[in-house]
Amino acid sequence: MVLSCLDRLEAESIHIMREVVATCNEPVMLYSVGKDSAVMLHIALKAFSPGRIPFPLLHVDTTWKFREMIEFRDKMVRENDLDLLVHTNEEGIRKGIDPFNHSSAIYTDVMKTAALKQALDKYGFDTALGGARRDEEKSRAKERFFSFRSGKHNWDPKQQRPELWNIYNTRINKGESMRVFPLSNWTEADIWHYIYQENIPIVPLYFAAKRPVIKRDGQWIKVDDERMPIREGEEVTEKMVRFRTLGCYPLTGAIESEADTREKIIQEMLITQTSERQGRLIDRDNDASMEQKKQEGYF
Amino acid sequence: MSRQSGPAEKDISTYLKKQSGKTLLRFMTCGSVDDGKSTLIGRLLYDSKMIFDDQLLALENDSKKFGTQGQNIDFALLVDGLAAEREQGITIDVAYRFFTSDIREFIVADTPGHEQYTRNMATGASTADLAVVMIDARKGVLSQTKRHSFIASLFGIKHVILAINKMDLTGYDQNTYEKIVKEYYGFAAKLGFDEIVPIPMSALIGDNILSVSENTPWYTGPTLMGYLETVKISSELFEKSFRFPVQWVNRPNSKFRGFSGIVATGSISVGDKVVILPGGKNNVVKALCGPKGDLKQAIAGEAITLCMEDDVDVSRGDVITVASNRPEVTDQYQAHVVWMHDEPMLPGRSYLVKTMNRTIEGTITDLKHKININSLENENGKVLQLNEVGLVNFNLNRPIVFEPFHTNKALGSFIIIDKFTNATVGCGMIKFGLRRADNVHMQSVDVQKETRANQKHQKAKILWFTGLSGSGKSTIANLVEKKLHAMGKHTYLLDGDNIRHGLNKDLGFTDADRVENIRRVGEVASLMVDAGLIVLAAFISPFRAERQMVREMVDEGEFIEIFVDTPLEVCEERDVKGLYKKARAGDLKNFTGIDSPYEKPETAEIHVNTVDMTADEGAEVILSNI
Repeated sequence: MVLSCLDRLEAESIHIMREVVATCNEPVMLYSVGKDSAVMLHIALKAFSPGRIPFPLLHVDTTWKFREMIEFRDKMVRENDLDLLVHTNEEGIRKGIDPFNHSSAIYTDVMKTAALKQALDKYGFDTALGGARRDEEKSRAKERFFSFRSGKHNWDPKQQRPELWNIYNTRINKGESMRVFPLSNWTEADIWHYIYQENIPIVPLYFAAKRPVIKRDGQWIKVDDERMPIREGEEVTEKMVRFRTLGCYPLTGAIESEADTREKIIQEMLITQTSERQGRLIDRDNDASMEQKKQEGYF
Repeated sequence: MSRQSGPAEKDISTYLKKQSGKTLLRFMTCGSVDDGKSTLIGRLLYDSKMIFDDQLLALENDSKKFGTQGQNIDFALLVDGLAAEREQGITIDVAYRFFTSDIREFIVADTPGHEQYTRNMATGASTADLAVVMIDARKGVLSQTKRHSFIASLFGIKHVILAINKMDLTGYDQNTYEKIVKEYYGFAAKLGFDEIVPIPMSALIGDNILSVSENTPWYTGPTLMGYLETVKISSELFEKSFRFPVQWVNRPNSKFRGFSGIVATGSISVGDKVVILPGGKNNVVKALCGPKGDLKQAIAGEAITLCMEDDVDVSRGDVITVASNRPEVTDQYQAHVVWMHDEPMLPGRSYLVKTMNRTIEGTITDLKHKININSLENENGKVLQLNEVGLVNFNLNRPIVFEPFHTNKALGSFIIIDKFTNATVGCGMIKFGLRRADNVHMQSVDVQKETRANQKHQKAKILWFTGLSGSGKSTIANLVEKKLHAMGKHTYLLDGDNIRHGLNKDLGFTDADRVENIRRVGEVASLMVDAGLIVLAAFISPFRAERQMVREMVDEGEFIEIFVDTPLEVCEERDVKGLYKKARAGDLKNFTGIDSPYEKPETAEIHVNTVDMTADEGAEVILSNI
């Protein structure tokens, strides 16, 4: 008897979440509302069943998330009896940092990276579970399950601890912290197969539907609310589109698609020849940009 | 292969059904950049369509910019990750790669091959079911081939693919291939692999990777992918006895109490009799909850929560097993250790040992021998440096439930953690338990520490003076002893003079010897405490870890750490014995404060600042504080 690949990945993720609860002081789960977060939440519900999830969820809200993400988030919280904390970088709001008038680098740094650090410090969390995967990007292929951060949340490749077998060193000194990635070994295909197999609820934006979009910098951007400035020469059109990845609507490109079911998404994904992160504008600055962001404390 | 055929032409539901039945194979690749390892992995990713258009575009750009293949695609660039190492053209860390075929998914641990990265290879080996050992056909079996194979064998890998690469550069010469295979078999016979599969290939051209190559008509074995897809793995875990290390107790309310963890080996069914170790209590399985709901039976690898008939106390660290075949319980064992940190492993020093489900303090009592990972010869040594492998005896503060690593990886493996920095400094594989603990029982005596101390109208303790050479430790300790003696107390003063000339005259001043020096002093002091004495110990004792070790040898409150705090400049100016002068001149090696570190106490019970007070005032401060 041999377990299937998905069963093994699921068991590994459960094991890591339980290890966090058994050995870490102040854990929190970062909940981005996307499909990876949906899978992580689904696994957490299983790991601690029949009890509740024994740590809170944290959503860093830039105020520019798709409306449907916020609706979906609040629905999940109600249905699963979750403790949700929402944090926004109010200083960034006061300074008027937005994704239109500032470069994606500055916007991400203030509204995501700095906001996350603020929230972790505010609540005193020392262990933050996140849904990042090793297959997403080259610099993540070497990331640990338990990623060590110094007192200022910085990631130093030299300080990362070797991880052997399934024995994880979760010990930290005061002021230090851990980012934990229970989905490290999942691929994008695994995520979708699992969402299909387990019938996991996901934000409707992942399914194709007619949506108002404009073409900007070669990407289809959804006009999610009235804050979206329409530049000269841009035209709002209704298109059958869906999103492969979700974030802040002005920075997230949609793809044209007819896939309005899980099956069709999988079918489309496996014949699509474009990798997932292409939809996220922030990765494009330079080749090693993700590594830089990680060193600065972005997930 | 079995390529990842897009499901467009097929029925999606058939495709999805197939996905849910796919198994997972984890393997590692050992070899250097020169052997074409990255090229091989890059090709596997490329050919199994794990590369998307935008990545391909980036790859083509990179190939022109950094590549070594002219205008052709350099597959190696797909897998060489961090910016720094890409520029250096080497892979330093362990990277994990993912690809898939129609029947199996694969996780590749891509590890560097140079000797200075042995620890990375060890990390990759720990989760691998199989190792691909890369050989450059033009170079044959090298010492690195032997090193890679030894590490794979040390970590219990049973299946080896001998990837004889760059066959195109030998003109696909069968004799070259046969010669390498023969030499490898001869060498690997003692490594205990179940199966060695040699494959002649060219990663660059694609010979015998996915399809049988026309260039090697004399070769009749499987292709690389053919073997990876079909090799049988991990079913042996299921055939072993049931072992369930309790990771976490799930107790959401008074009605439910379950024990969560991964089934390490074997299987268990509702109604089975079990025993909980190390306690040894019997019980019966009442329910098994898996990720998909309640189960009748759980098997190796599953993450479950197990409930028992009788409500008994079970906690993290316990192991639930079948009653008929139990693992051992011990607090002393011998293990192979791979050292993974710049700070060397020092026998006598106390570390944290973390097994699958518990963390315990322990001391490395003895380095039996080192193993030269190139020649596999045993060598003598006092310490283990980064990337060295040794056979080591451990003494733990509490017993653990274990099985030898070669019988059960999950119950025989552990990592070693530094108590102060929390860094993972090494890893180990238990060879066997040492029976000493069972045979040498502590002599039970009627006259005890308290009775002895009461007779002397005192409380036995250790006054531990630490500080730089020349800080005034001995002077102050002497004064304190005089004053105690005058008060009618029974004391004894241990210092360098009466210890180094006798008990410890065989020890020098290397880090390892310093640790052993303090360990012996600690043992003597603890015996004297047992005799009811007030022991004054004046030693530089530069390392926090050793002072902590002595603290733990006696009961709480019996170890009083006194930091004789004199700045280095002041000590050097005083230089009572002329030692600083010698050290500065280079005539005295490993001198604390000069070329050997002193770790200041962080939480000393008593702090004596000799700049602001005289020795006598210092002694009074101490007396008023004990």
